[in-house]
Amino acid sequence: MNEHSEVSTPVSAPSEEAALALAVEEVSKSYGAVKALDGVSLHVARGEFVALLGPNGAGKSTLFQLLTGLFVPDAGRIEVAGFDMRHQARKALACLGVVFQQPTLDLDLSVVANLRFHTRLHGMGRGARTRIDAELERIGLTERAKDRARALSGGNRRRVELARALLHDPVVLLMDEPTVGLDPASREQLVAYVHSLCTHRGVGVLWATHLVDEAESADRVIILHKGHWIASGTAAELRERTGQRSLRDAFLDLTGESSVAHEEAV
Amino acid sequence: MPTQPGLQQEMPSSDVLNTPPRRSGSIVSHALQALLALSSRETIKFMHQRGRLLSALVRPSLWLLIFAAGFRDVFGVSVIPPYATYIEYQVYVVPGLLGIVLLFNGMQSSLAMVYDREMGLMRLLLTAPLPRSVLLTCKLLAGTFLSILQAYAFVVICALFRLDLPWWPGMLLALPAMFLTGLMLGALGLLVSVYIKQIENFAGAMNFVIFPMFFLSPALYPLWKLQESGATVVYQLARFNPFTYGIDLIRYAMYGQMNWLACGVVAASLIVFLGLAIWGYDPQRGAVRHKRQGS
Repeated sequence: MNEHSEVSTPVSAPSEEAALALAVEEVSKSYGAVKALDGVSLHVARGEFVALLGPNGAGKSTLFQLLTGLFVPDAGRIEVAGFDMRHQARKALACLGVVFQQPTLDLDLSVVANLRFHTRLHGMGRGARTRIDAELERIGLTERAKDRARALSGGNRRRVELARALLHDPVVLLMDEPTVGLDPASREQLVAYVHSLCTHRGVGVLWATHLVDEAESADRVIILHKGHWIASGTAAELRERTGQRSLRDAFLDLTGESSVAHEEAV
Repeated sequence: MPTQPGLQQEMPSSDVLNTPPRRSGSIVSHALQALLALSSRETIKFMHQRGRLLSALVRPSLWLLIFAAGFRDVFGVSVIPPYATYIEYQVYVVPGLLGIVLLFNGMQSSLAMVYDREMGLMRLLLTAPLPRSVLLTCKLLAGTFLSILQAYAFVVICALFRLDLPWWPGMLLALPAMFLTGLMLGALGLLVSVYIKQIENFAGAMNFVIFPMFFLSPALYPLWKLQESGATVVYQLARFNPFTYGIDLIRYAMYGQMNWLACGVVAASLIVFLGLAIWGYDPQRGAVRHKRQGS
């Protein structure tokens, strides 16, 4: 991925005074008797690409629901760009861009109307139009601006959702299993594009996935399992720590599911 | 990695993206933009669904044409306030039919809420940097705006039937009354949407809201007729129906009169329904909680 960083100088390199893009401290959440998250802490620096890796049921979705302010954690703190999610929710949400796992384009509206809906919800005023044009140009969909979202392919819909999440220039970009339903080429493009966002725009990215290969290129990998934080580090560090040769095996080792994997291999 | 046709990796030459977006400072201007976003979305969607306007107009027109025409001689409506003279039955039912237009659209907007929640669009709304109370109020206003449009479309139909209605300034005076009633019914729809988790349950719930509200009201006959005929229970139920007061408010306003009791009850119901809906959508309460997915 280093090829992207050579294209131009980063807009805002992570510096000393740049606060953390995202800080999660000791967050817990229960649904009835089920403890979905138990004292999870993590952070994402500006310009950093962090992969949140966990098998299904690890608590990724719950964590994202808390990060987007959909629900309030039972305990712990969430800060976006230094703003507390509980007490300064408006400011925190203004610094947050989200691509949800579920498709969230209004298929009856045109691409540009979908984007305008977002800029208005974010109170971006008259300057919004130029930003919409610029983001559409970046994803190469200027020509499709007036088409109904329904007419776009799955990959292009995802691009539009990503463009939308970036319209208000967020400090943090949350991607909740964003490659679900995409073909391999679109998946690769999306990962590469988001890496370039970290490099050039200084966006801090938290990318939730259960696909190990998407985490491979991340600056840091955080492993979540059954609502608990298990490990954090670069892919190399995790391999080294577990003495495994691939991140996949390291992941299976850390989540205690390696025995299952070996059985499968046999 | 091959270069992709679509996604640009370099920064565009313009520095639009390097400058932070202009954000409106005041919450009022921000809320107005959110209102514009929701109104235009609802209106565009409504225009795309031609059938919706049609069914919104056919429903009261059928009542007017078939029911009212058939019963005009059965129900003689004597002179009661706000009417100064003897009126035709068809004239009597118009405020009630305007009410049903408002009621149906108020409920339809809440159906859209349930649909949006299932489709995930609701998340988009709830992650907007505005307080939820403001977002829900904007949503309510946007839906009510559409209700009013439909109500006036029905007024045009009444004009085509050459009904003897107080056209001017009566239909203008009815506007604030219809607006307040529309808000109250829309707020009720929002409240219902808090508790309906799936679209499939919607029709059932509507039967428990729309039909009792419509029939237990002075939409089709004056309430004193119920009292006179000894249907005391029905009469008492109708007296506790906020829709009753919405219709009265519209009926009086059309004839240039103010019904303070009706206005008070409608306003109070609006505050209660909206307050409970906002409470229901509070993240602390978690009423918007999805079923825990299999994940």
